[in-house]
Amino acid sequence: MTATETATETRELSYLKAFNEALRQVMGEDETVFVAGEDVGKAGGVFGHFAGLADEFGDRRCFDTPIAEQAIVGLGTGAAVSGLRPVVDLMFMDFVLVAMDQIANQAAKLKYMFGGKATLPLTITTNAGAGLSAAAQHSQSLEALLCHIPGLKVAMPSTPADVKGLLVACIRDDNPTVFVSNKRMLSSKGHVPEELYEVPLGSANVVRPGDGVTVIAYGRMVPESVKAADALADEGISVEIIDLRTVQPLDLDLIVDSARKTNRIVVVHEAVRFGGLGAEIAAQISEHAFDYLDAPVARVAAPFAPVPFSPALESHYVPNAASIADGIRETLGRPAPGA
Amino acid sequence: MEPTPETLKDLHYRMVRIRHFEEAAGRLAEANRLPGFLHLYVGEEAVAAGVCVALRNEDQISSTHRGHGHLVAKGGDFKRMMAELMGKATGYCNGKGGSMHICDLDLNMLGANGIVGGGVPIAVGAGLANKYKGTDNVSVVFFGDGSTNIGAFHEAANMAAALELPVVFVCENNEYGEFTPREQTMAITDVVDRAAGYGMPGVIADGMDAVAMYEAASEAVARARAGEGPSFIEAKTYRFYNHHGVQVLGMKYRTDEELERWKQRDPIELLEARLPELGVLSVEEIEAVHAAVEADVEEAIQFAEDSPLPEADTLLDDVYSMAGGNR
Repeated sequence: MTATETATETRELSYLKAFNEALRQVMGEDETVFVAGEDVGKAGGVFGHFAGLADEFGDRRCFDTPIAEQAIVGLGTGAAVSGLRPVVDLMFMDFVLVAMDQIANQAAKLKYMFGGKATLPLTITTNAGAGLSAAAQHSQSLEALLCHIPGLKVAMPSTPADVKGLLVACIRDDNPTVFVSNKRMLSSKGHVPEELYEVPLGSANVVRPGDGVTVIAYGRMVPESVKAADALADEGISVEIIDLRTVQPLDLDLIVDSARKTNRIVVVHEAVRFGGLGAEIAAQISEHAFDYLDAPVARVAAPFAPVPFSPALESHYVPNAASIADGIRETLGRPAPGA
Repeated sequence: MEPTPETLKDLHYRMVRIRHFEEAAGRLAEANRLPGFLHLYVGEEAVAAGVCVALRNEDQISSTHRGHGHLVAKGGDFKRMMAELMGKATGYCNGKGGSMHICDLDLNMLGANGIVGGGVPIAVGAGLANKYKGTDNVSVVFFGDGSTNIGAFHEAANMAAALELPVVFVCENNEYGEFTPREQTMAITDVVDRAAGYGMPGVIADGMDAVAMYEAASEAVARARAGEGPSFIEAKTYRFYNHHGVQVLGMKYRTDEELERWKQRDPIELLEARLPELGVLSVEEIEAVHAAVEADVEEAIQFAEDSPLPEADTLLDDVYSMAGGNR
């Protein structure tokens, strides 16, 4: 069931409020769900994701921890394997690296190593994305690292409705999941159904049908791609946009179907280009739709450098509607306007 | 807590089970009949037995790369253990985990662990679950002296203390982190000194004396059950074999004299020297315990040898719960 299929009552809600509402509703429904992390208690999280939860559910179910990412994830893993459904917060995706042993060697692998006997309904929430002058240790998009670890699932929503549905799906999933908010989208608004619903993990969404070229994006690159597509429509270019919504598992069927239809693909992500998700998608398309391609799969992504601090540099670092439009034109062999 | 005769028998039985299982595993490894690494628990039996006798089934333990002893002490089944060491489909982990990831979740043994210190945060999470659910179950984490030098240990110990969780930290100080003497890797003599830094009560216990371990563990477990938070036990112990494998003598990093000195305090012999005079077990009964356990081990080896290897089509099973993941 998707958000749109079940939408009875919707109202405008921000990305952040949709996150908060999902958690509140799931916590209301399931006593085994609790939230732990740095500043998630009375403070409600550095960005406000957890506002009001400690008041509503008490500090047993929403509580602050020491600044100790390994122990935060381990806390969740140990509690998950003992029958609870923890949500642990790592604040910034950069901090995932601090906890990587507990995520990649422990949580992701326990079920397999134990011959299937463990169940690990652990959700790790975190915030990614550049564009806030937060510099190199508070701006990264590290999803490719997580997607490389068998056992994990990774959601990166672009709309408030998907934030709610994907977060609910992550929490209810019996596997370790990583739910990645985009820091620059927290105040963006959209229609969100009031009731509790799931957006299935592994199901991408065609947010704009087209037949000239397919853009595959996720997170904040989706609205940037829509802007690019709007501009290109004036040039007579029809762009299909796929919002992946989850990057592990990938909705390969939808990707391949679109590649066979439009014959040209541009993958867009905030993460650095080298070794990023675009490389995997390009490889998958070449394996499953090579004969349909009229051009190499193109990538619009960050350059191979840490995220810079100064807005003057950062604006050249993160892809935007203009650079996405350039990438699409290049794939189509079309000159830039005025060229 | 003064151990009853039944408790003394139990301590002895669990130690003997560990010893014979490990000796047999060592012989199989020497004969190249076990794939992979093997970290034997021989010499440290009093620690696992002493602690686990103080626990009930619902209490969780998390373990280390030297984890067979913990699973045996928690009640592990020899057949499924031996089958796992051989990589057989009938093993505890269906051949997916092996020696370093052996576990039995029905016994609440949350797994051996290939990462030094990796199991410590997980045990703290299990402790949180016990408190969250309103039970008086406790979790116990076994770790080596070397683990206390790694960040995950510090983070987890501090968190357990800050959140007042029912966790018992059991440090098996065998004086070596792999092949490096402990005094080269920390500037303190007693690892238990670290407990004070977390505001956690800590004691040193004789890790070669199962009764002493049982008494120390009983006290720490009672504290945790009563909601008084975590405790730390440093067990002074020694491994009789090499870091991995079955080498005994002639090691470059420790002397034969040192090993012989520790072997004078073999934990099983120490207890067995007391049992007849206490009227708990006669010499003949002690011999009978050994014989029965040895027969169980032989039966387990036979079971494991006769068991099928995992089918290739199980390779991708249990990466995820339910369907999911990429091709």
